[in-house]
Amino acid sequence: MATLWWIMFWGAAALFLMVGALYALAWWRPATMARFSVGQWLVGGGLVMPSVVLVGLVTSAFVLGERLIPRPLEEPPLRVHAQAHQWDWRFGYDDSDATTNELHIPAGQPVDVVVTTQDVIHSFWVPRLAGKIDAIPGHENVLRIEADRPGSYRGVCAEFCGSGHTTMRFTVVAHAAEDYDNARATAFAEAAR
Amino acid sequence: MSEMRKTDAVRLHRELDEIWHTPRGLPQLAAVNHTILGRRFIIAAFVFFSIGGILSMLIRAQLATPNTAFVGPEVYNQFFTMHGTVMMFLFAIPMFEGFAIYLLPKLLGARDLAFPRLTALGFYCYIFGGSILIVAMLAGVAPDSGWFMYTPLSSSTYTPGINSDVWLLGITFVEISAISAAVEITVTILKMRAPGMSLDRMPIFAWYLLVTAGMMLIGFPPLILGSILLELERAFDLPFFDPTRGGDSLLWQHLFWLFGHPEVYIIFLPAAGAVSTIIPVFAQRELMGYRAVIVAIIAVAFLSFGLWVHHMFTVGIPHLALAFFSAASALVAIPTAVQIFAWLATLAHGRPRFDVPMLYIFGFLFVFVLGGLTGVMLAMVPFNWQVHDSYFVVAHLHYVLVGGFVFPMLAAAYYWLPHVTGRLTMHKLSVPAFWLIFVGFNMTFFMMHLTGLRGMPRRVHTYPSGVGWDWLNLLSSIGGFILTMGFALILIDVILQFKFGKPYRRNPWGARTLEWAQPNPPPSYNFASLPLVDRRGDMLDPHEIGNDLAAGNGYLGFTRNGWQETLGVDMTTGRPDQTIVLPNRTFLPLYTAIAIGLFVLCLLFKVYWLSLVPLAITLVLCLAWTNVTGLRHDHGELDIGNGLTAPPHYEADGPPSWWGMVFLLACNGTLYASLIFAVFFLWLVAPGWPPAELVATGLVLPLMTAVAVSGAAVLSRMAVAANAEGGGALPLLLCAAGAHVVTVGLLLYLIETALPDPTSHAYAATAFVTLAYTALHSALGMVFALYGVWRIVNGFVSARRSLDLRIGKLWHDYTALTGVVGIALILVMPLIVAIQGGGQ
Repeated sequence: MATLWWIMFWGAAALFLMVGALYALAWWRPATMARFSVGQWLVGGGLVMPSVVLVGLVTSAFVLGERLIPRPLEEPPLRVHAQAHQWDWRFGYDDSDATTNELHIPAGQPVDVVVTTQDVIHSFWVPRLAGKIDAIPGHENVLRIEADRPGSYRGVCAEFCGSGHTTMRFTVVAHAAEDYDNARATAFAEAAR
Repeated sequence: MSEMRKTDAVRLHRELDEIWHTPRGLPQLAAVNHTILGRRFIIAAFVFFSIGGILSMLIRAQLATPNTAFVGPEVYNQFFTMHGTVMMFLFAIPMFEGFAIYLLPKLLGARDLAFPRLTALGFYCYIFGGSILIVAMLAGVAPDSGWFMYTPLSSSTYTPGINSDVWLLGITFVEISAISAAVEITVTILKMRAPGMSLDRMPIFAWYLLVTAGMMLIGFPPLILGSILLELERAFDLPFFDPTRGGDSLLWQHLFWLFGHPEVYIIFLPAAGAVSTIIPVFAQRELMGYRAVIVAIIAVAFLSFGLWVHHMFTVGIPHLALAFFSAASALVAIPTAVQIFAWLATLAHGRPRFDVPMLYIFGFLFVFVLGGLTGVMLAMVPFNWQVHDSYFVVAHLHYVLVGGFVFPMLAAAYYWLPHVTGRLTMHKLSVPAFWLIFVGFNMTFFMMHLTGLRGMPRRVHTYPSGVGWDWLNLLSSIGGFILTMGFALILIDVILQFKFGKPYRRNPWGARTLEWAQPNPPPSYNFASLPLVDRRGDMLDPHEIGNDLAAGNGYLGFTRNGWQETLGVDMTTGRPDQTIVLPNRTFLPLYTAIAIGLFVLCLLFKVYWLSLVPLAITLVLCLAWTNVTGLRHDHGELDIGNGLTAPPHYEADGPPSWWGMVFLLACNGTLYASLIFAVFFLWLVAPGWPPAELVATGLVLPLMTAVAVSGAAVLSRMAVAANAEGGGALPLLLCAAGAHVVTVGLLLYLIETALPDPTSHAYAATAFVTLAYTALHSALGMVFALYGVWRIVNGFVSARRSLDLRIGKLWHDYTALTGVVGIALILVMPLIVAIQGGGQ
């Protein structure tokens, strides 16, 4: 993901500078630039250049996207449920109780988050873990996230959902895999108190 | 000799002005003249722009520092919803319409637009609809679900107040002006050019406007349909978007972005057209790659309808489908690049010269290219998943829209303002104003790329401190205020130009298009006589043409019967084929808009039975429009000057009003196609299918309905044929009206007896709307048929003057076609619903 961003960033910067340079030259050194015929300008700049850039970019983005989508794995990843409602997140686990606005996951392994909503559209986004997926009424969407190391990760609701949208924040707590069950049990106990 | 020419010119000017001018005082409200209305559109759009700008200042004040307590979320949500709504619907689109309305006939060498009274109606609908929104905001009940109005947040469950209704009804009211402008622009460009101006000689701006207007005819109907369906859901509980009853909130997103994405190009293309007009003037060289640019803008138009899903990359659509839309979104960069390189080539091959408009062209290129590049980034699915709905998108969309619309429009304003005022710009304020805007803009919005990459989501009314967003937001806010100062300076600059600018004689920029062949400010009739165009419309010599036309040496250089005359031409070749007689000023557009406004207010305040009164008044007023149109006897060929003749448009094959109906029906057909899309989308994707109860009509009644509605069309065709033979149309039209009455009766009976309760399931609701659509069209078909009868009785129809009947025929054919499709849909749906039950 970061690689894609930096490729796009430097590519965009280069293209921007190129258009800027051509503009400046056309303005100040028209004689030089007029050597290229109109056809050369249009075919070279308008067709060939963007085509080459875009084919490369679209292909690599598609390959990256394929890697990110939640495909079935040999060892099925842990599934957790994120149910949104105005304006809280309720996280459910297959084997036990739910937590509110705090999702506990094991670090270092993929986790599938099944995102649903009870009322309006929300969107599950933890900027440092993965992209976002919307919670759409009547539909179930799955987002695969993975935390490389234990820690707390900030999450927000990314789709405008009414007056509590701003404060509809949550935290993802990643625990070392071996501590995961204990840590979650502790969290439940605290939540129950 | 030249003295004599001068006196001739003055006399001709007096005669024409007597017919065309709009007196001061109350008659100004009855004005239908395109120069007057174009100016009003532009001024009104600027007023709304200021309102939108003030809202953005309030937003930036709120976000300048973390944890601000300036306003709470309830007010803030109204701020940003109204900011987006006002800028998109009440500023950008009407501003371009204003430019088009003011300029188009002048560029094409005509005396007015095709439907002057429609221009006025559009203006009043725009003002009234916009006022409803602004008044609601002042009353504290502005829409607050975002300018995109996603359901179910905007539905009655989660927004029970009047807020969403204000948006749905107010904006749909405003859309009347968008649709009427689109029809008018299309017909004017295709039919009302100067003789000799074939399609491939049109000035490039006209090409841009033609493509844009065509896009509006196809792009706006999905939104209008969506708004109608959502309002039906809010008002009468028809569950189109309710997932518990077979609806789907994603349907709204599809309909909204089916409109919303083309909308971006609808805003960009006219501005690009201004760029393509202005750059050649200052490069002192005609536009390079004229044909390539035309191909490019048509390509943009096609592509723009294939990439709406890129606003919905995160709603859970399969990745392969997303890849298709991602590629299509990236592809649109190619025709855009063709245009940019055509502009660069024009500069390279010309002798560029500096003036204020070029400063804004520079600003446009700088900002828009950056916006285009971030656009390509956003088209990449994995990156989009990350930054969607973050401030990165806010930055991108402002770079594209301000770069792609506001900067070029400011260039256009400085370029054409002398045309309006007859005075020149002074540089003292123009240049610093530009730099304030340029620096302020980049400071505000460049920072937002970074805030977005640092994870700040959109539409939050405040944010915590210490997560790296503080100083970026503060800089954005400071930049915003610099930007505002720039706009204030421009306003002062424009006022100063009106008051103290130096008058000039003609064509101050050395342009080579027709609008500069006029005296400035332009006379009420535009051209004392109409030119013969013998080369590309952006390679003319306004000085020479201007003197010639003023002396009356072109076509129609005289007055006749007090008629407002202009020429209609063959669409492709530009050969004159009719003398178009335009209607004079009237209060009817104002009255009609008031009646529609009362209808909208009735719906807004939920007094549905009362709403029938203004609706009936609207219908009567629309019929009253036809009182001054038509001729009572055949005129045959009329002299149009220079040895040529052309019949009055009532006796021509393809007059503007006939084409107007064709394009209106094309627009209507897109709305209907969107409805059919909605039916199939819900069946395939929505949860909660199949429905418990299916439509049970049997075969007999639907087939009878199909026969009746088709019969009306056949009868009206027979009436037209009989009229061409010399008479006998009247009884046939009466029968056609009868067939429509039968159709409406059968449809109402079907709706009453055979449909499940429309509130029970989205399936029943869509079936209801499908049948009601045909019933409404058939009822209007009856009006059209009876209108034909009325026109025959009053002597407006002859074998030559068959226009009224032929326009009716278009309507009857359309009603029959959509009616039969609708009935087939009603019959087929129960079968396929039974075969495959729903998406989930």
